[in-house]
Amino acid sequence: MKRDAAKSLRVFAAELAIYAVLVTGYFFLVLHVLGGWLYRLETQHRILYAVVAILLIAGQAVALDAVTTVLFRLLRRRWR
Amino acid sequence: MFFPISHSHINPLYLVVVGFVIGILGGFFGVGGSFIAGPALRLMGVDWNFAVGTDLAHIVGKSIVAARKHRTLGNVDLKLGMIMALGTIGGAEGGAQLIQALKRAGNVNTVVSWVAIVVYSGISIFMLWESHTTLRLHKRRSRGTVSDAKAAASKADHSAFGPVTKKIQRIKIWPMISLPTSGIQEISLWTILLVALIGGFFSGFLGGGAGYIRMPSMVYVLGIPTHLAVGTDLFEIIISASYGTFTHAIKGNVDILIALVMHTGAVIGAQIGVVATQYFAGPKIRLAFVPLPLIGAAIVIYTLVTGHKL
Repeated sequence: MKRDAAKSLRVFAAELAIYAVLVTGYFFLVLHVLGGWLYRLETQHRILYAVVAILLIAGQAVALDAVTTVLFRLLRRRWR
Repeated sequence: MFFPISHSHINPLYLVVVGFVIGILGGFFGVGGSFIAGPALRLMGVDWNFAVGTDLAHIVGKSIVAARKHRTLGNVDLKLGMIMALGTIGGAEGGAQLIQALKRAGNVNTVVSWVAIVVYSGISIFMLWESHTTLRLHKRRSRGTVSDAKAAASKADHSAFGPVTKKIQRIKIWPMISLPTSGIQEISLWTILLVALIGGFFSGFLGGGAGYIRMPSMVYVLGIPTHLAVGTDLFEIIISASYGTFTHAIKGNVDILIALVMHTGAVIGAQIGVVATQYFAGPKIRLAFVPLPLIGAAIVIYTLVTGHKL
């Protein structure tokens, strides 16, 4: 039982570390590219901006959820 | 990092950590966490209108992740969530209209503050009494027969408020519907819509997703087991918060870049929160919920006493 908990914690820590690297890359690449475009959209086409905002946050939710699930599965399999 | 839409400089790590904390609360309790996110954004100098709108956008993303996880655990009643979303949107419009009327009358801050203090404290006191009584009764009845782990694994729920809930379920106003996923054979559609309408009203009136009102209402008024109330509330929040995000974005109150950064932390936090619900029985989740509305009340009292606008 204790060994299982320690293993889960190790998998989670590894997942967190890989996730942090991915997210840092995401900040610098995607947000820098999108920043200017979203700013222009927000000032010039509000309705389109509203639609894009919802699509972006929903898309990111599904994508990041998939990334963390895959990461967790891969690491679990490797450490089994 | 500079966020051009809201013209603010915020450390992205701060946003990730705030998102992470709110994610855990959201996954575990089914709340949006606006009582933390709003003040946290204000502390960084984000204007109040941007704090409210951006928080709603972030709630959409966090709720998608948490609701998907709850769905895999069988904790989401889609039929109930869809019906509640209709009532919530209607109620939110009503709450927003009342805010506009109070703005015209010139006493919006005082009225909203006092209503918030009464509502938040009332929920906390009632839930403290109910969950404490339920746990005591349950312990006396099943002394030594049911382990904590078994109680948590079972989604069947007990509540000291159960007899009143049963009476509410017996109110026969056509049309009556059944909610097999939640284990409810028959309940009036109007009861569900009324609960959603009240939750939505407070969402429009006090801001945020109003999960601190809707989740307890689902348990005590509709009789939904706590695990299902948490999951279904999150599913319902996706729809109502999307609507809120859209209307706020049109009014120029959403900085989606801030919401996207906050959400990266919330994804991990929400998953931890959802997994944690598996290890606690319904009354224990409700007992742990008690401090949340109290934190909201404390923030409002602080702003009233000091005059600071968090």
